[in-house]
Amino acid sequence: MSDESGTTGGPGAGRSGSTDQTHHFRRLIPVWLVASLACDLIWWFVAGPHVPPGDMTNVAQGAQFDFNVLFLAAAPVVLGVWIYMAYAIYMWRDSRPGAPEPVGGPAARGNFKVQFWWIAITTVVVLGAFVFGTVELILPAGAGGAEGPNPIWKPSSTSILPVQVIAQQWKFTYRYPTFGGMETSTLVLPDDTETAFHVTSLDVIHSFWAYQIGVKADANPQVDDVAYAKTRQTGTFTVRCSELCGIWHGAMYDYGKVVSKDAFEKWALSTMRKQAVDTKYLPPFAWTYSATANGATGVTGINTSGQSPFSKEEHYGATKAAQKVVRTPSAATVTTGT
Amino acid sequence: MPPSSEFEKGGEEVSRSGRIAIVLGLFACAVFLVVFAAMSFVGTEPQTVSYLGDVSTGHVHLVFQTDSAVGTGAHPTWVSYQTMTPRTKHWVHTTLVQLPAHTKIDVTLYQFDSGSPLRNQQFGMVTGTAGGTAKLDGKTFKVINSYKPPGVGHTFTVPALGLSVPLEGVDTSKPGFCTSGPCNPRTQLHQTMTFSFTTPGPGNYHFQCFIPCGAGHYAGNGGPMQTLGYMGGFLEVRA
Repeated sequence: MSDESGTTGGPGAGRSGSTDQTHHFRRLIPVWLVASLACDLIWWFVAGPHVPPGDMTNVAQGAQFDFNVLFLAAAPVVLGVWIYMAYAIYMWRDSRPGAPEPVGGPAARGNFKVQFWWIAITTVVVLGAFVFGTVELILPAGAGGAEGPNPIWKPSSTSILPVQVIAQQWKFTYRYPTFGGMETSTLVLPDDTETAFHVTSLDVIHSFWAYQIGVKADANPQVDDVAYAKTRQTGTFTVRCSELCGIWHGAMYDYGKVVSKDAFEKWALSTMRKQAVDTKYLPPFAWTYSATANGATGVTGINTSGQSPFSKEEHYGATKAAQKVVRTPSAATVTTGT
Repeated sequence: MPPSSEFEKGGEEVSRSGRIAIVLGLFACAVFLVVFAAMSFVGTEPQTVSYLGDVSTGHVHLVFQTDSAVGTGAHPTWVSYQTMTPRTKHWVHTTLVQLPAHTKIDVTLYQFDSGSPLRNQQFGMVTGTAGGTAKLDGKTFKVINSYKPPGVGHTFTVPALGLSVPLEGVDTSKPGFCTSGPCNPRTQLHQTMTFSFTTPGPGNYHFQCFIPCGAGHYAGNGGPMQTLGYMGGFLEVRA
């Protein structure tokens, strides 16, 4: 199509076979530049702030930022193809006066300059996406994705709230080891706080997907799957199971809340008191639970890995004087509450 | 190999009316199969019991029973809920119930099955009922320790309403254990659970048992736990 000077021959050549000296790229590039710039600016300032999953947590904000950056990179490529295609359809249509015969014509030849820049630009785009994606995965400690029981990317915060997400057919429940090991049906998180989600299952494979806070982690029986997120603003979010897990999979959802730290602590202490009548019957806290023993004989059958529910970092709430918390999973009783 | 004379002849042509008859016949067969499959599917859905009738008293009295074996249908040995019709007082093998919206529902649940520990003791606690309590044989309670015999037989849980009531198991060492439903509350061993809740606005609210009682199935959650009409169903709340 193009010769080395960027002009076009073949398709646009007249019926006589003479070379078309029109500088097609000089027409196309300004149109492409203006369209790309307009599209990217409109996206960044108008649509970008509303792109899901929003910015309720640092990892949700990261996902939104990544999506927007990838859109900015992809839009010029898409526009380049579309603009060139529209131009070609119009300029080299068969009904155009002087259009060449559909057969014959000069043989296609390689063009080193075009080939070089094609490979160079696409390589830069792909490697750039790779580096960008890797950095964006590592910096926010896994970007809301689960890292298994021994995360290699941990947040820098020294006051992390541990929350155990327990999936079972067909409901999620939430256990707060630093608040007396209480278990609730509602996920409530404090604002401006790093949370470690320890996701496990009591039966089959589920997946904990807290959409607006950007967290998604597989819930496997006998596995403590850890994901991190730091809340940035108050609001509500939806939790869904995203792994087909049986007849009521579609009903396996609930709604969580991010509230102020004060409101969270009031809620936590009030819930601790309310749940105390049941908490004392819960099996001792552990990172995973046996699927078959179900605590029938107290601690027997509970998969106590020996890992403390409190770590140097994951102790948010554990210092509250109102609590009498279980210090190790091997302890047989939970003494929380009134 | 030379073609046979019959092959060369190509056989007799089917007449136009014959071709039409074949096409219509095949079409009729296809229609029949589709209708048969659809009717079979519709026919297997449990009956819906309506409690939408007279609510002049301001409340509805909903009655269930839970059996160790339903006794009827394709799986007579499966555990199951059964529902009492409000007018005829007959037991129907179904878990589809219509209720009026924004109405107090007084539930009586006759529990005929034995108990075991809950996989998650969280469901041993009563939540979402009026007063946050339920009654077991007339005695108010907030929680059942499922690890203590006789344990919990089943739960009545409506996740979307935050409603959950554990149903204590019966002591099978006592006489009168019902082995095949529908069981008789007058003559057979059971626990009577009562509680109240208020229906929200119109919608379909799924309810289920949260004790893995599908014996013989993986993780106890197959069979009756995954089949409509047994251990799960819908409260269809209508305006």
